[in-house]
Amino acid sequence: MPILQQIFFLLVLGAASFLFYKKIKSIRRNIFLGRPKTFAGDSAQRWKNVLLLALGQKKMFKKWTPAVLHFFVYAGFIIINVEMLEIILDGILGTHRLFAPALGGLYPILIGCFEVLAATVLIACVFFLIRRNVMKLKRLNQVELEGFPKSDANLILIIEIVLMSLLLILNATDLQLQAMGSEHYTQTGSYWISGLIAPFFNGMSEAALIGLERSAWWLHIIGVLAFLNYLPYSKHLHIVLAFPNAYYATLEPVGEINNMPSVQNEVLYMMEPDKAPTDIDPNAAPQRFGAKDVMDLSWKNLMDAYSCTECGRCTEACPANITGKKLSPRKIMMDTRDRLEEVGKNIDANGSFVDDGKSLVHDYITSEELRACTTCNACVEACPVSISPLDIIVEARRYLVMEESNSPQEWNMMFSNIENNMAPWKMSPDERDKWVEEMV
Amino acid sequence: MHIKSMAEYMAEGTQPEVLFWVGCAGSFDQRAQKITKAFATILDKVGVSFAILGKEEMCTGDPARRSGNEFLFQMMAYNNIAVLNGYGIKKIVTACPHCFNVFKNEYPALGGNYEIIHHTTFINQLINEGKIVMKEGGAFKGKKITYHDSCYLGRANGIYEAPREVLEALDVELVEMKRCKTNGLCCGAGGAQMFKEDEAGATRINFERSEEAVNTGASVIAANCPFCTTMLMDGVKNKEQEDNVQVLDIAEMVVQSMQ
Repeated sequence: MPILQQIFFLLVLGAASFLFYKKIKSIRRNIFLGRPKTFAGDSAQRWKNVLLLALGQKKMFKKWTPAVLHFFVYAGFIIINVEMLEIILDGILGTHRLFAPALGGLYPILIGCFEVLAATVLIACVFFLIRRNVMKLKRLNQVELEGFPKSDANLILIIEIVLMSLLLILNATDLQLQAMGSEHYTQTGSYWISGLIAPFFNGMSEAALIGLERSAWWLHIIGVLAFLNYLPYSKHLHIVLAFPNAYYATLEPVGEINNMPSVQNEVLYMMEPDKAPTDIDPNAAPQRFGAKDVMDLSWKNLMDAYSCTECGRCTEACPANITGKKLSPRKIMMDTRDRLEEVGKNIDANGSFVDDGKSLVHDYITSEELRACTTCNACVEACPVSISPLDIIVEARRYLVMEESNSPQEWNMMFSNIENNMAPWKMSPDERDKWVEEMV
Repeated sequence: MHIKSMAEYMAEGTQPEVLFWVGCAGSFDQRAQKITKAFATILDKVGVSFAILGKEEMCTGDPARRSGNEFLFQMMAYNNIAVLNGYGIKKIVTACPHCFNVFKNEYPALGGNYEIIHHTTFINQLINEGKIVMKEGGAFKGKKITYHDSCYLGRANGIYEAPREVLEALDVELVEMKRCKTNGLCCGAGGAQMFKEDEAGATRINFERSEEAVNTGASVIAANCPFCTTMLMDGVKNKEQEDNVQVLDIAEMVVQSMQ
C-alpha cells in the first residue's frame, strides 16, 4: 500500500510542478513581448535594493499596521517552506517525519517555531480579511477591484488560513497518535501550538485519528501545490516578482522621463542634415511612437504589471484619484496585465499575435484617465514593489499625442505657443526679459 | 539694478559666475515675475555675478514632453543646448523645479551637461557661507508657516531639506502638513496640467492641497515653484482665505528678511 501512496504523491508533485513550469514559461514569454530595455550597471546598488525593498520590505513600513501583519505572513511563508522540504521528502520516500530521529531534541523546537509562525500567519490573515471585508478600507474596496480582484484577494487569504490550520491539525493529531504509541508515529515530544490543540481530539479512536492525520497531511500538500499553481493567475505572484522588480527598479532620479533616441535623431537630422545617415532601408517599418498596446511597452513595464499585488497604495496617493478623477495608477497596472494575458492567449491560439481589433489604450485605459496624470511620482514613491505606473502613462500619452494627434485643445494651443513663442503661453518672445526693466 | 545678459558678458569678454535660468513662468507670469525679481535682488545684494539669457531663453520643453509631445521637447532641447553650449555655460541656477529637473536629468543625454542648482539650495548655500545675513527680528520670525514640497524638487529629485533649512534660518515656526516630503501632495500643475482644465472629478487638486495647507493654521504657505505658487494662491482664494494666508516663494521670504 505505501508504495501506491508514494506513486500517487510523485504523480501529484510532478503534475503540479509541470503545470507551474508551463505557466511561468508563458508569463516569461509574455513579459518579453515588451520592447528591449537595458539597465545601466552598478549591480551593487541593485542588490541593495533587492535587500532593502524586496527582502526588507522597506516601503511597506510607511504604514505600520499592514507592514507588521504582512511581515508575519511573509516570514511565516518563507520559513515554513523549510518544513515543506520534510513533507515532500516524506511523500517521496514513504517515510514519516524523516528529520525527527536525526534532529532529536531539536526537532520539536523547530516544529514549534514553525507552528508559532503558522499561528501568526493565520491570525494576520484573519486581520487582513477583516480589513478588507468588515472595516472596508477604502483602498481595498475601490471600483477597479469589483469582481475577480476582490475574490482573488479573499481567496488567497482563505487558502492561507486553511493551509495553516491543516498544518496545525496534522501536528495535533500526530501528537495524539504518539501518545497512544501508534505504530509509524515517531515519538518526537510535544509541539508548542499543536500541543494546545491536541486535547480537542481526546477520546477519538486510533483509526479515526490516523484518518484525520493522513487527510490533513494530504490536503495540506495538495493545497500547497494547488496554491502554487494558482499564484501565476493571481495578484499573489508578487511574492516571486517583487525580487527581480526591485533589482531592475530605476536607479535614476524618478523625475527623469525616458529619452526617445529615435525622435532625438529625427530632430538632429532635421537641424543638421549632413549628420543624417544615407544608408537607411527605405522599406523599414518605423517603430510606433509611444505605446498603443502592451507590445509597445518595455519588458520592465510588463514585469511591473505581473508584480502588482493590487494593494492600492499608488491609487491612495494619486492626487487625481483623491480628487475624484477616473485615473487610478493601480488600474493602469491591472489593465496592462489583463491585456497582456489576452495577447498571450491570442498567441497561444494562433501561433503569433493576430490583430484582435483591440489595444491597451482606448479599450482598457481611456484618454481621460491618461490626461488626468500630473506626473507627480506619488504612485511610484508609494509602490512597495518598485512599479512605475507613470512610465506606462507617459508612453501612452506619447502614443495619443504623436500617433493620434489626440490631445485636448488647450494642449494643442500650448504646443503651438511653445513652437511659435518659445513659451507655453501666447506671449511675445521679445517680452521675455521685460521684467528686467522693472527692477529698481 | 542692471541685469546683464549673456550676450553682454560675451561682448565684454567675461563670464558670469552663474547663469540665472528664469523660465517661462518667471519671465511672463505676473505673479512669478515677483519671484524672479526677488531672487535677482538676492543675487545682486550678495554680489554674485550672474547673467540671464534674456530673449534667447526658450521653454525647456518640460510641458511638451510630459504631455506626450516628444518631438517638440526635442526641438526645444536642441535649441536650448545649442545656445547654452555656444556660450560655454557651466553653472545654472533656476527658480523653477521643472526647468531644474530637465537640466539635471534630461538634457545630459542630449549633450547638455551643466551644474544645475535650484534657487532654494543656492540660497541655503549663501546663508551657510554667511553671505546672506538675516535682519534682527526678520519679517517671518516666529510666524507659523507651512512648506509645500513641489513634486519636481521633492520626489523627483529628493531635495527636501535645503528649503526647510532656509525656513529655519528665517526663524519661522514650521508646521508640516500631514502629506509632506516623500508623501507630499501635488499642487495639480505638473504633467502639463497647468495648461488645461482638470479632468472631471469631485474637486480640483489645488483646492484639496490648499485646504490642507490652510488647515495647518499657518499664515504663510512657503513654496519653491512658480506653478505651485499660482495653484496654491487660487486654492486659498477659493477658500476665501486670501486675507489671512499668503502664498510666498522662499526667495520672496528671504528678500524681505535679509539685511
